[in-house]
Amino acid sequence: MPILEAKGVTRYFGGLAAVSNVDFDLRQGEILGLIGPNGAGKTTLFNLISAVISPRSGSITFRDREIVGLKPHEICRMGVARTFQTVKVFSNMSALHNVLLGAYFGRQDRMATTDAVSEATALLEFVELAEATATPAKDLTLASQKRLEVARALATQPEVLLLDEMMEGLNPSEVVRAMSLVKRIQERGVTVVMIEHVMRAIMSVCDRIIVLHHGAKIAEGTPEEISANQEVVEVYFGERTDAANI
Amino acid sequence: METPKTITKNAFATALAVLILMLLVATPLFAPVYTTILLTGILMNMTIAVSWTLFSGPTGYISLASAAFFGVGIYTSAVLGMALPFPLVIVLGALVSGCLALLVGMLTLRLRGIYFVMFTFGLVELLLHFILWWELTITGTTGRVVPPMPNTTVFYVMLLILVTLVLTVSFIRRSRYGLALESVGENQEAAAHAGVNVTALKVIIYAVSALFMGAAGAVIATRWTYIDPKIAFNPLISFMPVLMAIFGGIRPLYGPIIGAAIFTYLEEFLITRFPYHYMLIFGIIMVVAILYMPNGLVGLAEGIWKRISRRTHADT
Repeated sequence: MPILEAKGVTRYFGGLAAVSNVDFDLRQGEILGLIGPNGAGKTTLFNLISAVISPRSGSITFRDREIVGLKPHEICRMGVARTFQTVKVFSNMSALHNVLLGAYFGRQDRMATTDAVSEATALLEFVELAEATATPAKDLTLASQKRLEVARALATQPEVLLLDEMMEGLNPSEVVRAMSLVKRIQERGVTVVMIEHVMRAIMSVCDRIIVLHHGAKIAEGTPEEISANQEVVEVYFGERTDAANI
Repeated sequence: METPKTITKNAFATALAVLILMLLVATPLFAPVYTTILLTGILMNMTIAVSWTLFSGPTGYISLASAAFFGVGIYTSAVLGMALPFPLVIVLGALVSGCLALLVGMLTLRLRGIYFVMFTFGLVELLLHFILWWELTITGTTGRVVPPMPNTTVFYVMLLILVTLVLTVSFIRRSRYGLALESVGENQEAAAHAGVNVTALKVIIYAVSALFMGAAGAVIATRWTYIDPKIAFNPLISFMPVLMAIFGGIRPLYGPIIGAAIFTYLEEFLITRFPYHYMLIFGIIMVVAILYMPNGLVGLAEGIWKRISRRTHADT
């Protein structure tokens, strides 16, 4: 049984189909990669799952429960957390308070203050930000802010974590660090969906990959299958400039 | 994470607060009536400024509806004052105000920035003209007489309201909801995706702040004896808490308290000494304050303190 399932999800922006008739299923415990050229509808799909916007048609179910029509905070409390393409940390709040918020409000059960603080501290350690506990989020580097967002999302005790371009703008050594973080998240028993442009990361970390193009799903499979897929190579890997960065 | 230094600082602040409170409680016993009346005005403005800051401080939503919530309290007192006992009138004034804020909050807290500011300001005008119209066409009257209360009673009740408010605000600020409010001010979308029910939180805190403004209005109305819509819903009152909070400093809880105290005293002083130029002088002071003290008096004091302590450190 898939943990998260979408059927025929469609969303238009004006006359443009940002996401059209997309089906996918997410299996418990896997890391699913979501790739595609800019404007393919990847972030829109995340926004549909996390209820920033609602689909025009189609259904999204989490553990067999329909989640279309719920509010973002309800989806978070059910167990689907996310991060953002452009980091949205609470700039003037300390790193600890950023994570603490998730522990206080994002869980199904109410957490006592002392438990929440020790949980948040442990999570900051998990994302390698232990020494930044008291630092205001705005004073952290981009890579650290991205890890802080991950810690905040994990504090809500998610079963599914949506990572939106976690490695964008990071230098090569930071990318390696982020890749190992994603693996360690999976080891915690969290199912991960990640949008990514850094091909090396996608190919080595993901168990399965879905390719979107102009809002439609054009391919799905293991990293090997995807890199051998002719259509994918044309729309995506065909961009020589991108390939040079790999 | 409380260091010994912050503990002594907190203990000192608490002791100072208790001392001031004791002095205030004793004031009507020995001070002239004028002082009691002036202090009542200061307490009232403190109440409005602190309740405004409770919501608008952390969230950054600049509400100009204070006059509406305050006025609703005044009118409740005027309508029910004859029929019901004083404590009940105050509670009802607070509740009616709170309910109005719930309604307004649900309608408008999705608006952001300038749209929210304009709507809340419009609300004051709307209520003012609605009641004016109601009185002219339905009851055929203008204004109402409010059963008066003794000066000292009003003073003590106002003090009680302010103390309750300060305790409530510091409780909220220290709780997880204080953290949530701050996060909403920082980034609403991220707060929602971290599990905060942003709309409910904003609406409830907005209503709590209105509750206290309504109570203050219901109490002070008994000193004004006659009120009409133009007195009760004076749009200028909406700007008062904003200016006081900026003047004192928005972030710490005592910022708007100090701001309201100095602001009210200054107004009283200027009005008696310079009755013809008071508005002019007051305006200049405000302009200078906003230009040169962006973090208010508290920010200014902290800056000076830092400079002094740095100098003493350099000397040793």
